[in-house]
Amino acid sequence: METLVNTAIEFTAEGYLKNMDQWTPELARELAAKEGITLTDKHFEVLNWLREKQKEGVQLSMRKVGASGIVDIKQLYALFPGGPLKISSKLAGIPKPASCV
Amino acid sequence: MTDVMEKPVTQVANVPVNKENGKLRKVLIICSKGKLEDVYAALVMANGALMEGIEAKMFFTFFGLDAIRRKTADHLHTATVGNPSFMPEMPTVLAGLPGFEAFASYMMRKEMDKLDIPHVTEFIQMIEAGGGELYACKLAADMFHLTKDDFLPEVKDIITVGDMYALAEGEGTHIIFI
Repeated sequence: METLVNTAIEFTAEGYLKNMDQWTPELARELAAKEGITLTDKHFEVLNWLREKQKEGVQLSMRKVGASGIVDIKQLYALFPGGPLKISSKLAGIPKPASCV
Repeated sequence: MTDVMEKPVTQVANVPVNKENGKLRKVLIICSKGKLEDVYAALVMANGALMEGIEAKMFFTFFGLDAIRRKTADHLHTATVGNPSFMPEMPTVLAGLPGFEAFASYMMRKEMDKLDIPHVTEFIQMIEAGGGELYACKLAADMFHLTKDDFLPEVKDIITVGDMYALAEGEGTHIIFI
Protein backbone atom coordinates (compact mmCIF):
# COMPACT_ATOMS: atom_id res chain seq x y z
CA MET A 1 0.00 0.00 0.00
CA GLU A 2 1.24 3.42 -0.80
CA THR A 3 -0.02 6.90 -0.33
CA LEU A 4 -0.06 9.18 -3.29
CA VAL A 5 -1.72 12.58 -3.54
CA ASN A 6 -2.53 12.21 0.16
CA THR A 7 -5.13 9.49 -0.29
CA ALA A 8 -4.72 5.84 0.55
CA ILE A 9 -4.50 4.11 -2.77
CA GLU A 10 -3.70 0.44 -3.03
CA PHE A 11 -1.33 -1.03 -5.56
CA THR A 12 -0.32 -4.56 -6.48
CA ALA A 13 3.28 -5.66 -5.83
CA GLU A 14 4.12 -4.64 -9.38
CA GLY A 15 2.59 -1.21 -9.03
CA TYR A 16 -0.77 -1.64 -10.72
CA LEU A 17 -3.77 0.06 -9.18
CA LYS A 18 -5.98 -2.42 -7.33
CA ASN A 19 -9.15 -0.44 -7.90
CA MET A 20 -9.38 1.40 -11.20
CA ASP A 21 -12.00 3.74 -9.77
CA GLN A 22 -9.35 5.35 -7.58
CA TRP A 23 -7.66 6.65 -10.71
CA THR A 24 -7.36 10.37 -11.31
CA PRO A 25 -5.42 12.27 -13.96
CA GLU A 26 -3.21 13.65 -11.16
CA LEU A 27 -2.38 10.14 -10.01
CA ALA A 28 -1.53 9.21 -13.60
CA ARG A 29 0.85 12.18 -13.75
CA GLU A 30 2.58 11.13 -10.54
CA LEU A 31 2.94 7.52 -11.66
CA ALA A 32 4.18 8.70 -15.05
CA ALA A 33 6.84 10.83 -13.42
CA LYS A 34 8.18 7.67 -11.76
CA GLU A 35 8.52 6.12 -15.20
CA GLY A 36 10.20 9.25 -16.48
CA ILE A 37 7.25 10.19 -18.65
CA THR A 38 5.55 13.59 -18.81
CA LEU A 39 1.98 13.02 -19.84
CA THR A 40 0.63 14.92 -22.83
CA ASP A 41 -2.91 15.09 -24.19
CA LYS A 42 -2.03 12.23 -26.52
CA HIS A 43 -1.01 10.09 -23.53
CA PHE A 44 -4.32 10.84 -21.84
CA GLU A 45 -6.23 9.93 -24.98
CA VAL A 46 -4.60 6.50 -24.82
CA LEU A 47 -5.17 6.13 -21.07
CA ASN A 48 -8.83 7.06 -21.36
CA TRP A 49 -9.31 4.68 -24.24
CA LEU A 50 -7.69 1.87 -22.23
CA ARG A 51 -9.94 2.60 -19.24
CA GLU A 52 -13.01 2.64 -21.43
CA LYS A 53 -12.14 -0.72 -23.02
CA GLN A 54 -11.26 -2.23 -19.66
CA LYS A 55 -14.71 -1.27 -18.36
CA GLU A 56 -16.25 -2.91 -21.42
CA GLY A 57 -14.38 -6.08 -20.49
CA VAL A 58 -12.19 -6.14 -23.57
CA GLN A 59 -8.96 -8.13 -23.26
CA LEU A 60 -6.40 -5.57 -24.29
CA SER A 61 -3.49 -6.26 -26.60
CA MET A 62 -0.96 -4.24 -28.56
CA ARG A 63 -2.89 -5.01 -31.69
CA LYS A 64 -6.13 -3.60 -30.27
CA VAL A 65 -4.46 -0.39 -29.14
CA GLY A 66 -2.85 -0.15 -32.57
CA ALA A 67 -6.30 -0.39 -34.14
CA SER A 68 -7.86 2.13 -31.73
CA GLY A 69 -7.54 5.00 -34.19
CA ILE A 70 -5.76 7.01 -31.48
CA VAL A 71 -2.21 5.79 -31.96
CA ASP A 72 -0.48 3.24 -34.12
CA ILE A 73 1.89 0.74 -32.58
CA LYS A 74 4.98 2.78 -33.31
CA GLN A 75 3.49 5.81 -31.58
CA LEU A 76 2.48 3.65 -28.62
CA TYR A 77 6.10 2.54 -28.20
CA ALA A 78 7.21 6.17 -28.44
CA LEU A 79 4.69 7.36 -25.83
CA PHE A 80 5.41 4.60 -23.32
CA PRO A 81 9.01 3.52 -23.92
CA GLY A 82 10.21 0.28 -22.37
CA GLY A 83 6.80 -1.34 -22.04
CA PRO A 84 4.09 0.10 -24.25
CA LEU A 85 1.19 -2.01 -23.04
CA LYS A 86 2.32 -2.56 -19.46
CA ILE A 87 3.28 1.01 -18.67
CA SER A 88 0.21 2.46 -20.36
CA SER A 89 -1.99 0.01 -18.41
CA LYS A 90 -0.24 0.95 -15.18
CA LEU A 91 -0.73 4.64 -15.83
CA ALA A 92 -4.35 4.07 -16.85
CA GLY A 93 -4.99 2.44 -13.49
CA ILE A 94 -6.12 -0.84 -15.03
CA PRO A 95 -4.80 -4.33 -14.21
CA LYS A 96 -1.57 -5.72 -15.65
CA PRO A 97 -2.28 -6.84 -19.21
CA ALA A 98 -2.63 -10.60 -19.59
CA SER A 99 -2.01 -10.63 -23.33
CA CYS A 100 1.00 -12.21 -25.05
CA VAL A 101 0.56 -10.03 -28.14
CA MET B 1 6.77 -0.35 -2.91
CA THR B 2 10.26 -0.01 -4.37
CA ASP B 3 11.84 -3.04 -2.68
CA VAL B 4 8.97 -5.18 -3.91
CA MET B 5 9.17 -3.69 -7.38
CA GLU B 6 12.73 -4.91 -7.78
CA LYS B 7 11.59 -8.46 -7.27
CA PRO B 8 8.47 -8.79 -9.38
CA VAL B 9 6.63 -12.08 -9.59
CA THR B 10 5.41 -13.70 -12.74
CA GLN B 11 1.71 -13.23 -13.13
CA VAL B 12 0.44 -16.74 -13.56
CA ALA B 13 2.89 -19.01 -11.75
CA ASN B 14 3.51 -16.47 -8.98
CA VAL B 15 7.22 -17.20 -9.11
CA PRO B 16 9.64 -14.52 -7.94
CA VAL B 17 11.85 -13.18 -10.68
CA ASN B 18 15.50 -12.74 -9.82
CA LYS B 19 16.79 -9.76 -11.69
CA GLU B 20 19.96 -9.36 -9.66
CA ASN B 21 22.05 -11.75 -11.72
CA GLY B 22 21.87 -9.64 -14.80
CA LYS B 23 18.98 -8.37 -16.81
CA LEU B 24 17.85 -9.76 -20.13
CA ARG B 25 18.51 -6.89 -22.50
CA LYS B 26 18.43 -8.39 -25.94
CA VAL B 27 17.24 -11.52 -27.69
CA LEU B 28 18.43 -12.82 -31.01
CA ILE B 29 15.84 -15.22 -32.34
CA ILE B 30 16.91 -17.53 -35.13
CA CYS B 31 14.02 -19.02 -37.07
CA SER B 32 15.11 -21.95 -39.23
CA LYS B 33 11.69 -23.50 -39.81
CA GLY B 34 8.81 -22.50 -42.02
CA LYS B 35 5.91 -24.27 -40.37
CA LEU B 36 3.11 -22.07 -39.11
CA GLU B 37 3.61 -23.00 -35.45
CA ASP B 38 7.39 -22.57 -35.52
CA VAL B 39 7.23 -19.20 -37.20
CA TYR B 40 4.59 -17.99 -34.76
CA ALA B 41 6.71 -19.12 -31.82
CA ALA B 42 9.53 -16.95 -33.13
CA LEU B 43 7.27 -13.96 -33.81
CA VAL B 44 5.46 -14.14 -30.47
CA MET B 45 8.76 -14.26 -28.59
CA ALA B 46 10.29 -11.38 -30.55
CA ASN B 47 7.21 -9.21 -30.17
CA GLY B 48 6.84 -10.21 -26.52
CA ALA B 49 10.43 -9.15 -25.84
CA LEU B 50 9.84 -5.73 -27.37
CA MET B 51 6.70 -5.33 -25.27
CA GLU B 52 8.88 -5.82 -22.18
CA GLY B 53 11.43 -3.29 -23.30
CA ILE B 54 13.88 -5.97 -24.42
CA GLU B 55 15.68 -5.44 -27.72
CA ALA B 56 14.83 -8.05 -30.36
CA LYS B 57 16.64 -9.14 -33.51
CA MET B 58 15.43 -11.89 -35.80
CA PHE B 59 17.46 -13.99 -38.21
CA PHE B 60 15.61 -16.19 -40.70
CA THR B 61 17.36 -19.08 -42.33
CA PHE B 62 16.52 -22.10 -44.48
CA PHE B 63 12.79 -22.80 -44.46
CA GLY B 64 12.37 -19.98 -41.99
CA LEU B 65 12.83 -17.71 -45.01
CA ASP B 66 9.25 -18.57 -45.98
CA ALA B 67 8.11 -16.41 -43.08
CA ILE B 68 9.63 -13.28 -44.61
CA ARG B 69 8.99 -13.97 -48.29
CA ARG B 70 6.31 -11.84 -49.90
CA LYS B 71 4.90 -14.88 -51.68
CA THR B 72 4.65 -17.21 -48.71
CA ALA B 73 4.53 -15.18 -45.48
CA ASP B 74 0.75 -15.22 -45.13
CA HIS B 75 0.33 -18.74 -46.50
CA LEU B 76 2.38 -20.83 -44.10
CA HIS B 77 1.18 -24.35 -43.38
CA THR B 78 1.28 -26.77 -40.53
CA ALA B 79 2.31 -30.37 -41.14
CA THR B 80 -0.52 -32.87 -40.86
CA VAL B 81 1.66 -35.83 -41.78
CA GLY B 82 4.69 -36.78 -39.72
CA ASN B 83 3.53 -34.53 -36.90
CA PRO B 84 2.70 -36.64 -33.82
CA SER B 85 1.18 -33.66 -32.02
CA PHE B 86 -1.35 -32.94 -34.71
CA MET B 87 -4.62 -34.86 -34.17
CA PRO B 88 -2.98 -38.13 -33.02
CA GLU B 89 -6.14 -40.10 -33.83
CA MET B 90 -6.10 -39.01 -37.45
CA PRO B 91 -4.88 -41.84 -39.70
CA THR B 92 -1.87 -40.71 -41.71
CA VAL B 93 -3.58 -41.85 -44.91
CA LEU B 94 -6.40 -39.37 -44.32
CA ALA B 95 -4.11 -36.60 -43.09
CA GLY B 96 -2.20 -36.91 -46.34
CA LEU B 97 -5.23 -36.45 -48.59
CA PRO B 98 -4.97 -33.54 -51.02
CA GLY B 99 -6.25 -30.35 -49.44
CA PHE B 100 -6.24 -31.68 -45.90
CA GLU B 101 -3.16 -29.78 -44.87
CA ALA B 102 -4.49 -26.56 -46.37
CA PHE B 103 -7.75 -27.07 -44.49
CA ALA B 104 -5.95 -27.74 -41.18
CA SER B 105 -3.77 -24.68 -41.67
CA TYR B 106 -6.83 -22.60 -42.47
CA MET B 107 -8.55 -23.78 -39.28
CA MET B 108 -5.45 -23.01 -37.25
CA ARG B 109 -5.22 -19.49 -38.65
CA LYS B 110 -8.91 -18.97 -37.90
CA GLU B 111 -8.43 -19.99 -34.27
CA MET B 112 -5.46 -17.64 -33.96
CA ASP B 113 -7.52 -14.80 -35.39
CA LYS B 114 -9.97 -15.30 -32.53
CA LEU B 115 -7.11 -14.90 -30.05
CA ASP B 116 -6.14 -11.60 -31.64
CA ILE B 117 -2.96 -13.08 -33.08
CA PRO B 118 -2.17 -11.18 -36.27
CA HIS B 119 -1.26 -12.69 -39.63
CA VAL B 120 2.45 -13.11 -40.26
CA THR B 121 2.88 -9.94 -42.33
CA GLU B 122 0.96 -7.84 -39.80
CA PHE B 123 2.93 -9.40 -36.96
CA ILE B 124 6.17 -8.51 -38.70
CA GLN B 125 4.96 -4.92 -39.12
CA MET B 126 4.21 -4.82 -35.38
CA ILE B 127 7.71 -6.07 -34.60
CA GLU B 128 9.27 -3.45 -36.83
CA ALA B 129 7.10 -0.74 -35.27
CA GLY B 130 8.47 -1.79 -31.89
CA GLY B 131 12.05 -1.38 -33.05
CA GLY B 132 12.70 -5.05 -33.79
CA GLU B 133 14.98 -5.90 -36.69
CA LEU B 134 14.63 -8.72 -39.21
CA TYR B 135 17.40 -10.24 -41.28
CA ALA B 136 17.62 -12.99 -43.85
CA CYS B 137 20.45 -15.53 -43.99
CA LYS B 138 22.74 -15.01 -46.96
CA LEU B 139 23.65 -18.64 -47.39
CA ALA B 140 20.03 -19.79 -47.44
CA ALA B 141 18.93 -16.89 -49.64
CA ASP B 142 21.66 -17.80 -52.16
CA MET B 143 20.66 -21.45 -52.01
CA PHE B 144 17.01 -20.69 -52.74
CA HIS B 145 17.95 -17.96 -55.28
CA LEU B 146 16.23 -15.23 -53.32
CA THR B 147 17.13 -11.54 -53.38
CA LYS B 148 16.04 -8.59 -51.28
CA ASP B 149 13.04 -8.00 -53.57
CA ASP B 150 11.66 -11.42 -52.68
CA PHE B 151 11.42 -10.44 -49.03
CA LEU B 152 8.98 -8.27 -47.13
CA PRO B 153 9.99 -4.58 -46.95
CA GLU B 154 10.58 -4.93 -43.18
CA VAL B 155 13.56 -7.21 -43.80
CA LYS B 156 16.55 -4.96 -43.24
CA ASP B 157 19.22 -6.93 -44.98
CA ILE B 158 20.59 -10.27 -46.11
CA ILE B 159 23.52 -11.04 -43.83
CA THR B 160 26.18 -13.67 -43.14
CA VAL B 161 26.37 -15.80 -40.03
CA GLY B 162 29.20 -13.59 -38.81
CA ASP B 163 27.00 -10.52 -39.09
CA MET B 164 24.30 -12.42 -37.23
CA TYR B 165 26.61 -12.98 -34.26
CA ALA B 166 27.51 -9.30 -34.34
CA LEU B 167 23.81 -8.58 -33.78
CA ALA B 168 23.99 -10.54 -30.53
CA GLU B 169 26.91 -8.58 -29.12
CA GLY B 170 26.55 -6.89 -25.78
CA GLU B 171 25.87 -7.92 -22.22
CA GLY B 172 22.57 -9.59 -21.39
CA THR B 173 21.90 -11.06 -24.84
CA HIS B 174 20.28 -14.45 -25.32
CA ILE B 175 20.12 -16.44 -28.52
CA ILE B 176 17.02 -18.51 -29.16
CA PHE B 177 17.00 -21.09 -31.93
CA ILE B 178 13.83 -22.40 -33.48
